[in-house]
Amino acid sequence: MNTVPDIFRILPEVILTVTGVIIMLIDASLRPERPRRSMGWVAAIGTTFALWASLWQFSLPQGTAFFGTVETSVFTIFFHVLICGIVLVALLVALDTLPADSHHQGEFYALVVFGTVGMCLLTSAIELLVVFIALEISSISTYILAGYRKQTGRGPEAAIKYFLLGSFATAFLLYGIALIFGATGTTEIYDIARQITSAPNHALVLAAMAMMLVGILFKVSAAPFHVWTPDVYEGAPSPVVALLSTAPKAAAFALLLRVLYEIFPAFDTLWVPLLWIVAVLSMTVGNLAALRQQNVKRMLAYSSIAHAGYLLAAFASIGSIGIAAASFYTAAYAAMNVGVFAVVTLAGGYNDDLPMIDDYRGLIYRSPLLGSLLIFFLASLVGIPFTGGFFGKFYSFSAAVQGGAIALAIIGLLNSGLASAYYLRLALAAAQRPTNEADRPQGRAPQLGVAVGAGLLLAVSATLVLGIVPGEVLRTAQSGAHTLQSIPPQTTAPVTASASTIHPAKF
Amino acid sequence: MDAINQSILTLILLVPLAGAIVVALMPDRAKLPNWIALLTTLASFVLTLHLPEHFVLGQGGFQFEVNRPWIQNPAINYHVGVDGLSMWLVVLTGLLAPIGVLVSWKVINQRRKIFYSLFLVQQTAMFCVFISLDLMVYYGFWELSLVPMAILIAMYGRKDGPRAALKFFLYTFIPSAPLLVAILWLYARTGSFDYATLRILIAHGSLAPTALSWAALAFVVAFAVKVPVFPLHGWLADTFAEAPVAMAMVVAGKLGLYSMLRFHIGLFPEQARIVAPCLIALAVIGLLYGACLALVQRDFWRLLAFAAISQLSLITLAIYGLTFNGWAGGVYQILAHGVEDAAFFLLLGALEYRYGVTRIDAYGGLGAKLPRATSFFVITALAMIGLPMLSGFVGEFIILSSTFTGVSRGWAITAALGVILGAAYMLWLVQRIFYGPESEMAAARPAADLEFREMAVLAPLAVLMLVMGLAPSIWLTSIQTGIHPPQPKEAAVLHFPFASVSVVTIPSQEEGRR
Repeated sequence: MNTVPDIFRILPEVILTVTGVIIMLIDASLRPERPRRSMGWVAAIGTTFALWASLWQFSLPQGTAFFGTVETSVFTIFFHVLICGIVLVALLVALDTLPADSHHQGEFYALVVFGTVGMCLLTSAIELLVVFIALEISSISTYILAGYRKQTGRGPEAAIKYFLLGSFATAFLLYGIALIFGATGTTEIYDIARQITSAPNHALVLAAMAMMLVGILFKVSAAPFHVWTPDVYEGAPSPVVALLSTAPKAAAFALLLRVLYEIFPAFDTLWVPLLWIVAVLSMTVGNLAALRQQNVKRMLAYSSIAHAGYLLAAFASIGSIGIAAASFYTAAYAAMNVGVFAVVTLAGGYNDDLPMIDDYRGLIYRSPLLGSLLIFFLASLVGIPFTGGFFGKFYSFSAAVQGGAIALAIIGLLNSGLASAYYLRLALAAAQRPTNEADRPQGRAPQLGVAVGAGLLLAVSATLVLGIVPGEVLRTAQSGAHTLQSIPPQTTAPVTASASTIHPAKF
Repeated sequence: MDAINQSILTLILLVPLAGAIVVALMPDRAKLPNWIALLTTLASFVLTLHLPEHFVLGQGGFQFEVNRPWIQNPAINYHVGVDGLSMWLVVLTGLLAPIGVLVSWKVINQRRKIFYSLFLVQQTAMFCVFISLDLMVYYGFWELSLVPMAILIAMYGRKDGPRAALKFFLYTFIPSAPLLVAILWLYARTGSFDYATLRILIAHGSLAPTALSWAALAFVVAFAVKVPVFPLHGWLADTFAEAPVAMAMVVAGKLGLYSMLRFHIGLFPEQARIVAPCLIALAVIGLLYGACLALVQRDFWRLLAFAAISQLSLITLAIYGLTFNGWAGGVYQILAHGVEDAAFFLLLGALEYRYGVTRIDAYGGLGAKLPRATSFFVITALAMIGLPMLSGFVGEFIILSSTFTGVSRGWAITAALGVILGAAYMLWLVQRIFYGPESEMAAARPAADLEFREMAVLAPLAVLMLVMGLAPSIWLTSIQTGIHPPQPKEAAVLHFPFASVSVVTIPSQEEGRR
């Protein structure tokens, strides 16, 4: 029945893995003093191929591979394209901003690429152990990347905080998986979905849901599981934060959608109010804390917490509207957030020479292009029309309104009004006329290279496309939502059996 | 001709947008951005003149309509069109644009590229607010118009730009959150963002009345902030004091007032009738409050801000009097106020450019040194206080008389008091700046009188003020077709923007109409 070779179903992951391995091999064979910038291009080209492979997967029929552990559907392709796109932008930005003398450049690119493998796999895995492995692949890479600025105290602090708290969260997720295995006797998501309503031990299922939610909500940095975010963002190098604040979150949101809408749709009366609370908490806590920040990266960290809240508002609507809105928001958020961090990286450099909001004073006078781009991405984060952020909020809150959560929509939109205050503080600082020459912060003159220019162009055009003609992307998100919601009927042979028996014919 | 009529509104939108892109791409050399912006705005002004030229008076409803799908789901359409209500506002916006460019000609001497491209983006957004008939498109451009304004206030503020910009943005952005929720709620219940469809559905009572009143309230609050109506005016004085003249000229008034007429009263006639007394009271308070505060201001931009609150409150009073005459007078007054305000901003901007001071008490006795500026200032001031035969008179007269006959004598008399106060602060301003003994500052800094560029703008404005005072029917006839349709009411409910509002008005007023 399944005529597509299994390898095609994980083609993007395969390409990325090969790229990562190639980078490590070249890195090891080059003499230590040779520059390793070219490795970044290898990574970027590999990611571009992975992106292309993901798009090519649209031509495949929907189906599963490797004994029902991964699948390709519109939903998985949507997130694959998204993650590869983000990583591409982050790589292009890193290419021009990583210090040339770093001995660890090769490793850096390899880690980014390997992390991407994990994130991609996370969105397409339909077996909970594969989910866990994918999550670990992506997490371990990002733990290391977060601590890349070893020479400052904040780098290792960020890495250790992220690692300890992240491991805790993963443990929660793993415990949830174990409990659900105990309740249903299987770890395959479709099997669990069919059996969960008839599971003998109700309490076990609920405990499993709670554990898994904790694990995933940590990864998307929703309140009250958000405390790691500002410290990690502040300590990690800016090009890493561009990646960290978007790609792993996109993957985690994909997982959240899969878990809630495929495994636990029958328990929506429980998780809808739960996520309602988490959404309100995230946006309110994120925005209130961001208002008080003077450090740009900390402010943007809290803003990303608030954005997780806006996104979770879409979960108030059960059904494809909510899924489509959440997927769309993930894309819009990723495009504008990677863009804003790209600008921050360029303005402040790898070592964060412009940490404070006041340091951005007069950016538009020093570098009109960079200043305008900063204002553009901030406008998108505020949710100004004709940017991706606007339609993201629009779909998310209209999903909430259609799900009957009008109060949530009002709280959310008032919150976004509140949020505009701190985004504007940064934007207006950039637009402000420098009072005199001596007053100008001695930031390095931002250099726009080819790579970073291409990365910024990608982010700007994605944000504009999502804001002006969102139709096509939304349609894809909607068909993704439908594929996510349709649980395939049980095949004639029990799937549990087929998972544990090896089909010799497959290889 | 049909092809032009079909595409004229789109052209009006695209010309400034294209100009903005061209300015952004061209090098920032000498006066190049200025010239591109000037040519673009002149072109778009000429295009807007096509509308009154080819407007068919007998035919009610929207003209030059275009309706194309933009986004399938949710169903957002690029639906634009004008009627008698919005047509002249589009022309006014077109007229003020080249004036804005000329006003900024010498004042803006840094980062001209950013200034002019944002100015043109703002222009596009304002045009679109007046012509869009799809609530989502309308909302989109309504929000979009805030951004260039905030950035320019921050960039070119006189003393503390960012603070004023933040205040402006928060004041206007936060109330638009409930507005968006209300629009989304309407969409969730009806499946449409289309103005005409929503009007029919709301008029037929297919929506829950309580929720509908909340939605209507969200609409009116968002608009009242933008006008601004009395307790929500906190942003205006700072914005006037900080914003570059070209931007301050367009920030207050017409967008909010037009939206009240079209989207509050037009969509929710029943709910509007309930809140009308409250708004009338606020308008009269604002009228007196603004006038009193204008009397004590020391900075002429702040004086102008409080004067604007007072004058715009008069128009709000006219709109929420819910009489046909009041609406016609209100729209006319928006036009007249737009023209007068533009002249005022230009003249005060010229004084600020020459002397670099905005304190009124620093001036004095300029009459002898700047005779041309003085005469234009006096003409504008007289037009603004409503001297007969000048533009301000017609609107004020219609508004006060319709309030007197149709709403309440008490309110009309109180409002008339406010208008008298208006004459007081205006004439006093003229006296303090241009007459009396020459001040030290004026004596110390010799300054040239108005130059050709300024005269070229002021002379047509002065002529316009005169024509608007002498022959108001040029404007009023087409404004009235937008307000009450020339066809029976039954058919009208389906097609005409204000038909269903006629249920709200008391029949006896219809005899009193012009």
